[in-house]
Amino acid sequence: MTVTTSPPRKRRSPGDLKVAMIFLAPATLGFVVFYIWPTLRGAYLSFTEYSLLSAPKFNGLDNYERMVHDSFFWNALGVTVEYVVINIGLQTVLAVGIAMLMYRLTKSITVRAVVLLPYLVANVVVALVWYWMLDYQVGIVNQALSWIGIDPVAFFGDSHWAIPTVALINVWRHMGYTALLVFAGLQMIPTYVYEAAEVDGSTEMKTFWRITLPLLRPVLVMVLVVTMIGSFQLFDTVAVTTQGGPINATRVIYYYIYERAFTRFDFGYASAMALVLFAILALVSLLQLRLLRAKESDLA
Amino acid sequence: MRRELNPGRVVAWACLIVLMLLTLFPFYWMLRTAFSDNTQLPGHPSSLLPVESTLGAFKRVLGLSSVAEAQAQGGSGAAVNFWLYLRNSLIVSTVTTVCQVFFSALAAYAFARLRWPGRDKVFALFLAALMVPPIFTLLPNFALIKNLGLLNSFAGIILPTALMTPFAIFFLRQFFLGINRELEEAAMIDGAGHGRIFFGLIIPMSAAPITTLAILTYINSWNDYFWPLLVGQQEKVRVLTVALGVFRSQTPQGGPDWAGLMAATLIAALPMILLFVVFARRITNSIGFSGIK
Repeated sequence: MTVTTSPPRKRRSPGDLKVAMIFLAPATLGFVVFYIWPTLRGAYLSFTEYSLLSAPKFNGLDNYERMVHDSFFWNALGVTVEYVVINIGLQTVLAVGIAMLMYRLTKSITVRAVVLLPYLVANVVVALVWYWMLDYQVGIVNQALSWIGIDPVAFFGDSHWAIPTVALINVWRHMGYTALLVFAGLQMIPTYVYEAAEVDGSTEMKTFWRITLPLLRPVLVMVLVVTMIGSFQLFDTVAVTTQGGPINATRVIYYYIYERAFTRFDFGYASAMALVLFAILALVSLLQLRLLRAKESDLA
Repeated sequence: MRRELNPGRVVAWACLIVLMLLTLFPFYWMLRTAFSDNTQLPGHPSSLLPVESTLGAFKRVLGLSSVAEAQAQGGSGAAVNFWLYLRNSLIVSTVTTVCQVFFSALAAYAFARLRWPGRDKVFALFLAALMVPPIFTLLPNFALIKNLGLLNSFAGIILPTALMTPFAIFFLRQFFLGINRELEEAAMIDGAGHGRIFFGLIIPMSAAPITTLAILTYINSWNDYFWPLLVGQQEKVRVLTVALGVFRSQTPQGGPDWAGLMAATLIAALPMILLFVVFARRITNSIGFSGIK
């Protein structure tokens, strides 16, 4: 990232402050009203009882205490983690695979555009198309399974299958996008390291594991952090297909917060859960960055 | 790079082609189903071509067929009008994109080209907002929009993202930083003010990244579901994504109107697919560059 290196003028001079204030006014208004203020208010609401109808009533740590004993909350966390693990695990492996294939085979913009295509279509559309394709009775996927002698699967109706199904649908939507991020990372690896490996007689596999992957690490970490944060925010797919069912199997944390806030008007409790989610996401990102030593490159 | 056709390359190409087919197949299936007659679908679940091909499903979801006609073709008969939702989506996405990109560009200019005390700290604060998960700010924002009496209005849907997003400012600032300072100083010597420099110099020179950002913003806004679901339930402001959810839950017991549903998803997806076909290179390249979104 570049930082402007403006020649040091008189220190502490207001510079272009007046002009800057004019240019910044609309954005600052938006930032304060729709980002800063709600962040502070959200934190406050998490310590209140608030139904949207009357003013929020401060109730200390009640919401958090309730959360500890709320089996739905723990179920939601568990289901979300299951989803994230399947989704991110598969997606990352596939994305690296696709990126490697593109890197070695073709620079074609068409190929890249095709793999990116699902990402540009709304979650809701993607969810509904797959909901139809995975239908128990007339879906094409179950038809195809029957051709190879497998009994139809109730992808959305079976509580064991529901989360993996939703996870796979979103792998389909996001793998091309993630692959393009990885692809950009691959292009930053200088070709001389490959040439050196070839001279040393390294096989394709060895080169991948010993050179490409380690050199890709900083990019991979960033991709993992970003995609994982996104993955925790699963909502659309669940909202238009299973709506949390069957028997809570897909009631992910986002959906549970939504239900609490907008069908039970339990705004204070929902805010408390959102704050806990915020903390979890911050922690997960921090851990990933630490564990995978994101900043250092092996190419020093 | 070696270019001869060894077995490894053949296998690799085969993998890539299979992956591309897997990517494209659902789009084909959406098309195939949308042009089918819904009552005939269950009889031919694996026919690769549309079953009894008809435009009935499109007529149904665009509100062009009578209730009796719609029901005869397996629709619910409930009044749906995707024209209206299409119009609503166009309004929301267009206004959001124009406002957000313009105001973010103004802010990015202040962060990239102007010198003022505290600039980098304020910018860091703007960026920090990227860390806050949307649902956390969404609850208080909903309360705010409700208290302002803006539920079920376009203003309520558009306002929270109309003035800025941290990403848009970050994205444009990166480009504005790279613009040569000498040009700007030459313009200043000629007596141009910051307004003239911004509109006459910075904007034209950044036409490419601004277009890219506008396309990305448009797509995101078009595809958004959660926020319009909360504040835009009523028909008059209902956007396509929300309408799809409603349409899906209206499906009659027994035989859902799959053809109608796929026709509706196609109507929702097609504008973005067309946009992508036109701007494929630009969009694809922007993803490598900007990384996060």
